[in-house]
Amino acid sequence: MIKEGTLSKLKTISALGLTALCLAEPALAQQGSEEAAEAVAVSGGTAYIFNTLLFLIGGFLVMWMAAGFAMLEAGLVRAKNTSVQCLKNIGLYSIAGLMFWVIGYSIAYPGFEGGFFGIASFPYFMQGVGEADVATGYSVASDWFFQMVFCATTASIVSGTVAERVKIVPFFIFVTVLTGIIYPVIVSWEWGAGWLDAMGFSDFAGSTLVHSTGGWAALMGAIIIGPRIGRYVDGRVTVFAGANIPLATLGTFILWLGWFGFNGASQLAMGTVGDVSDVSKIFVNTNMAAAAGVVVAIIATQLRYGKADVTMALNGALAGLVAITAEPLAPSVGMSIIIGGIGGILPVIFVPILDKLKIDDVVGAIPVHLIAGIWGTLAVAISFPEVLVAQIIGIVATGVFVCITSGIVWFVLKATVGVRPTEEAELAGLDVSETGIESYPEFVRT
Amino acid sequence: MKLIIAIIKPFKLDEVRQALEGLGIAGMTVSEVKGYGRQRGHTEVYRGAEYEVTFVPKLKLEIVTTLELAPRVVETIRETANTDAIGDGKIFTLSVDDVVRIRTGETAETAL
Repeated sequence: MIKEGTLSKLKTISALGLTALCLAEPALAQQGSEEAAEAVAVSGGTAYIFNTLLFLIGGFLVMWMAAGFAMLEAGLVRAKNTSVQCLKNIGLYSIAGLMFWVIGYSIAYPGFEGGFFGIASFPYFMQGVGEADVATGYSVASDWFFQMVFCATTASIVSGTVAERVKIVPFFIFVTVLTGIIYPVIVSWEWGAGWLDAMGFSDFAGSTLVHSTGGWAALMGAIIIGPRIGRYVDGRVTVFAGANIPLATLGTFILWLGWFGFNGASQLAMGTVGDVSDVSKIFVNTNMAAAAGVVVAIIATQLRYGKADVTMALNGALAGLVAITAEPLAPSVGMSIIIGGIGGILPVIFVPILDKLKIDDVVGAIPVHLIAGIWGTLAVAISFPEVLVAQIIGIVATGVFVCITSGIVWFVLKATVGVRPTEEAELAGLDVSETGIESYPEFVRT
Repeated sequence: MKLIIAIIKPFKLDEVRQALEGLGIAGMTVSEVKGYGRQRGHTEVYRGAEYEVTFVPKLKLEIVTTLELAPRVVETIRETANTDAIGDGKIFTLSVDDVVRIRTGETAETAL
């Protein structure tokens, strides 16, 4: 998911020189057709167009994942909080875009190698009308757009976990800091050619950078904000069932579709037959990992509870997708199924564990994005054993940085504007106190 | 006149309605209700946590009919709504003092 950074990583792995337009080295070597691929590589201008097209298609697919998160969360909250959840989702997507333009991109890609923190000139300078920078191999605006939608994904993860009990204003302030500073710093370490990239850490499309970052921020939010009123009483877990399973299912399918852009376009190049083939292989691996996650979750809940849990099947799809995201290209289809299948079991195991710990995660985002993200990042070592130590360092470093920074932000918000509505407002549903508009006005209150 | 209130299993509605139409019953009011009797609730699992479904969904039928027809209405509902399983519901019969048709002002049995 980087330009220079991916390049240096691939060089480390293969000791092969690569051109900016030929990032598909591992699979080409795998297919033993490097020369053939280069021979039919299209000319610079056409490659520029195809690379840019990949960013744009991948970008709008990932943008649509914001809709997936919105529907998933709208379906898994109770009817009385649905309007607020929808508002949070469209708001966070928009704030992420604004912040990523103002400073986010400039922090994520500071323009020097091996660093912990830096910032290029900001706000991000877009290309002029009709201008093209053929040297980069793609339109810089398409690159910015593609990176921006990843930033928004990180924020979407948080909203699901802390749903139904955090006010809109502190939530949006948190999203502003997360998308403007916290996420871009993590990205700069790896995709921005920072210190993690220099030490050999590998995260193709963001199991750690996007999903674990969002997951850690969500975990800190869940701990600091606390559980929903009445959720854990006298050592028992009270079930607050989601109001709309069809919406949650639609949201999951939308996310699954968007993931082809998330992983596929993270190949970053489509100007050679090798690159297009790799993008295709990524599509297949991505799909199979999700499918395996679903099947494993259905079987696991059927065996454990005697009934298959549809919400766990939805979580299983997403956990499979998150697990394959750190390395969706190198594994065989069979290995992708195993990686995704192990991802699918994680929510079934960790949702009850989080409940025991009284960490209230409304949609299961912590098992799906954080735990499966860690698993996916480690699973890169199945394909490239030499990266294992770097993977562990990357996981720990991301966890420490995101927990400390997001923890500080949540605490400051709690101490100043306050994060929770009044008890009365929370019990009545945030739709009444925060927007005044109910999602299902003719429905019976839950 | 009698008011017959029947609590039945939701999927039995159409069968009951057709049978009552055969008796000449010209109207009824149906509501979606929840409740429990001897059937009690049952336990379900949602995302790894058990919960009690205390109130079971049922339909409530309200039918006002003549004194003569009332026993046959009760018997018809009992026959058609019966599945021989727990939770089939109950039928209550109450006396009705008067009925008024709002449009015409007709009263008593002519208003039925």
